[in-house]
Amino acid sequence: MAVSNSKWPLIRLVPKQTHFGFVHFARLAASLSVILCILSLVSFATGGLRKNPMDAFNKTQGGFVQKMDAVFADAFNLGIDFKGGVSMEAISTQPIDIGKVRDTMHTLSVRDPQVQGFDKPNQIMVRFLSENDNNDAAIGVVKDALTKTLPGVTFSHPDVVGSKVSGELYRNGIMALVAAISFMLVFIWFRFEFQMGVGSVVALLHDVILTLGFISVTRIEFSLTSIAAILTIIGYSMNDTVVVYDRLRENMRKWKKKPMSELIDLSTNETLSRTIITGMTTLLALVGLTVIGGSTIQSFTIAMIFGVIIGTYSSIYVAAPFSLLVPREDKKRPEKIVDDRP
Amino acid sequence: MLSVSRWRYIAVIIVTLLGIIWAFPNVLSPQMREKIPKFLPHNAINLGLDLQGGSHLLFEVDKDTVYRQRLETVADDISNSLRGIERNSDTKERLPAIAFSGRSVSPDGKSVKVSVNNPQDLAEAQKRIAKLGNPVDGVSGPVSTTDIAQSVNGTEITVSLTEEAKISMTRRAVTQSVEVIRRRIDETGTKEPSITRQGTDRIVVQAPGESDPEKLKKLVGQTAKLTFQMVDSSVSIDEARAGRVPPGEVVLPQDNPSEPFVLVKRRAMVSGENLVDAQPTFDQQRGIPVVSIRFDGTGSRLFGRATTEGVGKRFAIVLDDKVISAPVINEPIAGGNAQISGNFTLESATELSTLLRAGALPAPLKILEQRSVGAELGQDAVNAGAKAGIIALVAVVIFMLLAYGFTFGGFSIIALAVNVILIFAGMGSAGATLTLPGIAGLVLTLGMAVDANVLIYERMREEYAAGRSVALALDAGFSRAVVTIIDAHVTSLLSALILFYFGSGPVRGFAWTLSLGILTSVFTAVLVTQVLIGIWYRQNKPKVLPI
Repeated sequence: MAVSNSKWPLIRLVPKQTHFGFVHFARLAASLSVILCILSLVSFATGGLRKNPMDAFNKTQGGFVQKMDAVFADAFNLGIDFKGGVSMEAISTQPIDIGKVRDTMHTLSVRDPQVQGFDKPNQIMVRFLSENDNNDAAIGVVKDALTKTLPGVTFSHPDVVGSKVSGELYRNGIMALVAAISFMLVFIWFRFEFQMGVGSVVALLHDVILTLGFISVTRIEFSLTSIAAILTIIGYSMNDTVVVYDRLRENMRKWKKKPMSELIDLSTNETLSRTIITGMTTLLALVGLTVIGGSTIQSFTIAMIFGVIIGTYSSIYVAAPFSLLVPREDKKRPEKIVDDRP
Repeated sequence: MLSVSRWRYIAVIIVTLLGIIWAFPNVLSPQMREKIPKFLPHNAINLGLDLQGGSHLLFEVDKDTVYRQRLETVADDISNSLRGIERNSDTKERLPAIAFSGRSVSPDGKSVKVSVNNPQDLAEAQKRIAKLGNPVDGVSGPVSTTDIAQSVNGTEITVSLTEEAKISMTRRAVTQSVEVIRRRIDETGTKEPSITRQGTDRIVVQAPGESDPEKLKKLVGQTAKLTFQMVDSSVSIDEARAGRVPPGEVVLPQDNPSEPFVLVKRRAMVSGENLVDAQPTFDQQRGIPVVSIRFDGTGSRLFGRATTEGVGKRFAIVLDDKVISAPVINEPIAGGNAQISGNFTLESATELSTLLRAGALPAPLKILEQRSVGAELGQDAVNAGAKAGIIALVAVVIFMLLAYGFTFGGFSIIALAVNVILIFAGMGSAGATLTLPGIAGLVLTLGMAVDANVLIYERMREEYAAGRSVALALDAGFSRAVVTIIDAHVTSLLSALILFYFGSGPVRGFAWTLSLGILTSVFTAVLVTQVLIGIWYRQNKPKVLPI
């Protein structure tokens, strides 16, 4: 109805008014989310869907806890940040046969050797743990052996993380995730309502589990920056959820008689255009980073791209509909709402 | 909102100008930055090690050694005191001796145990041991506490360090270590090293530009405790190694194939603390590199006396429990000048001189973490990051123009530009460090910064579609969107702060950039956009909303 006075017709990613019945599909979406979450958990147990978890379970000596530990040991492709050990790049004058290097590494007295290729065929990265934390000796052994296998190879200066530090980094990372999720629950509870807080936390857990599942299945290196990526995803997903909740709160005030499910549909539709546009601009920036930013931050940006998509989906399909499931006292509703219009 | 108050205009103009002034040094080269007058900001963003290239080492001070060293002194003092020799006593008068046995530092190095032979002496022994404690510094209040505590079991007294003493000793050891490390690194002329303590017992050493961590590790990680100890030639080394080491003596390894082990007295005749200088020199007669050392007054006296008494005997020069060499004393060495010879190359002689001049570490350092980035790789990362940032910026700008047209899209682009300027200004003036994940944070902020504009514009569209006039739609869209923007940004800020608190190194850089970006984007999206739309409305008095 408005006549645009711009020189070009403005693109609209979403029609001016939408009437998607989001709540109607919530059950379907919920099933999909549950299936994806289960798949993620399966991936944790199977080393990214690559091995039979029963093998590790049966082979490991000791009690149930130790056995489960062994099952989940390969959940992620842990970098040295969290696992400790040595990481070192090797560059040769000729293309490197990764299989051969892998075989050589397995004959050495180092634990858990891993060999990874790069974009360039003459460059590899090796990671390993040393026996009894004696990293300097282990580095020497590996360098000697690889020099014999690959003539003319040169090594980068190794990065070393002691087992003590890696343990702390891992604990801190987990603590950060737990702290972030709890803070969000408290914030939403305080700012909105309890069932919204629960809804947003379920959405957050959903995002975190799926992103971890993604990292597990794709075998992207799990490092400190992955924790940064997940926390940013939490921030982003919350941001999206808050925008929907904010509108929901406003609509609850406006339409006191309407049932919740209709209000949720209305609010989600009203904010849909914004949700999509912001998601688009963020994705544009991230895709730019992934393509140009070099391999060092790729593991970070790829996880972020996945997380932004999941976060957008969850704020539409998980957060708002889930708050329907939590029982609420309808009578109290008007008093509970803080009128914060200026 | 359309009657924007004057102070908002002023605030936007002032903050933007200040932003430009503070961000300006970032586009200058370091040489040009030097020329900026002192009253203007001249700080630029520091590039993190991952962007600049350099080494990062994390050390832990070996606390147990610090405690053990103190307890060994306490053990010696206990012997003396029980024998009746009082510490720091001017008079030669002796107290009656107390018979005791089994005085030793426990194998775990946590306590000293001693038994008095006669139970009646227990009280007196405890009294004397209590006097041996050192005051604990760093404890406020008039109650003087000592660093040792006793417990009695029958006739056995166990002496251990108090928790306060341990804390204070660790703190002192870390402080001393930081000083020693700084002296050592300064000697080598490494530029701008950063040596900081972390937690209670850790030290982080970062050297930008130094991409060989091995060199740094060797320089920093060596305790460099130098002692001169007499060699005991009365017992054959094979016998000693078979387990018959005379009391008060110890077998130490030597880097010399003809004599791989040397039996020496535990007590040092003189130590590296008494050195005033050490220089690499060349021994003209033998034609080999040596280290020339000079003792201070006390050192000269002690060394002179020991060499006078020990003519014809051998002494060992011991560095970190390894014998460098064990020469025979041909004549008394007075005057405090001496030469250390060993299997030195010119390089290793220079290295040892540096270490000796800088002094010994109070305790060994354990390496916990070691990382390095080559300078070339760092430059690649900066280039890739900059390119990615520009591409992301261009993509977002084009998108906003397409989505909201020249006018409103343009406003959000101006807001975005001010945002970028403010982020750079904030990071530069705070001396913050930009890391590779930090660049990612910056680019991400660009994408998310327009979120606030999107929220405002979408709300305006809605209000307009609901039949409000342009003025009312602008006004309502704005004031309603702001509530949402603040709520939404608080959540992002919360997660960024958590990241800052728990993260370390590059991740912190990311959290820092993200938090700053969130704060500045609230300012630019809300205030800058508001002012721009206010001006535009007053000049054009539009009848239709152009978005």
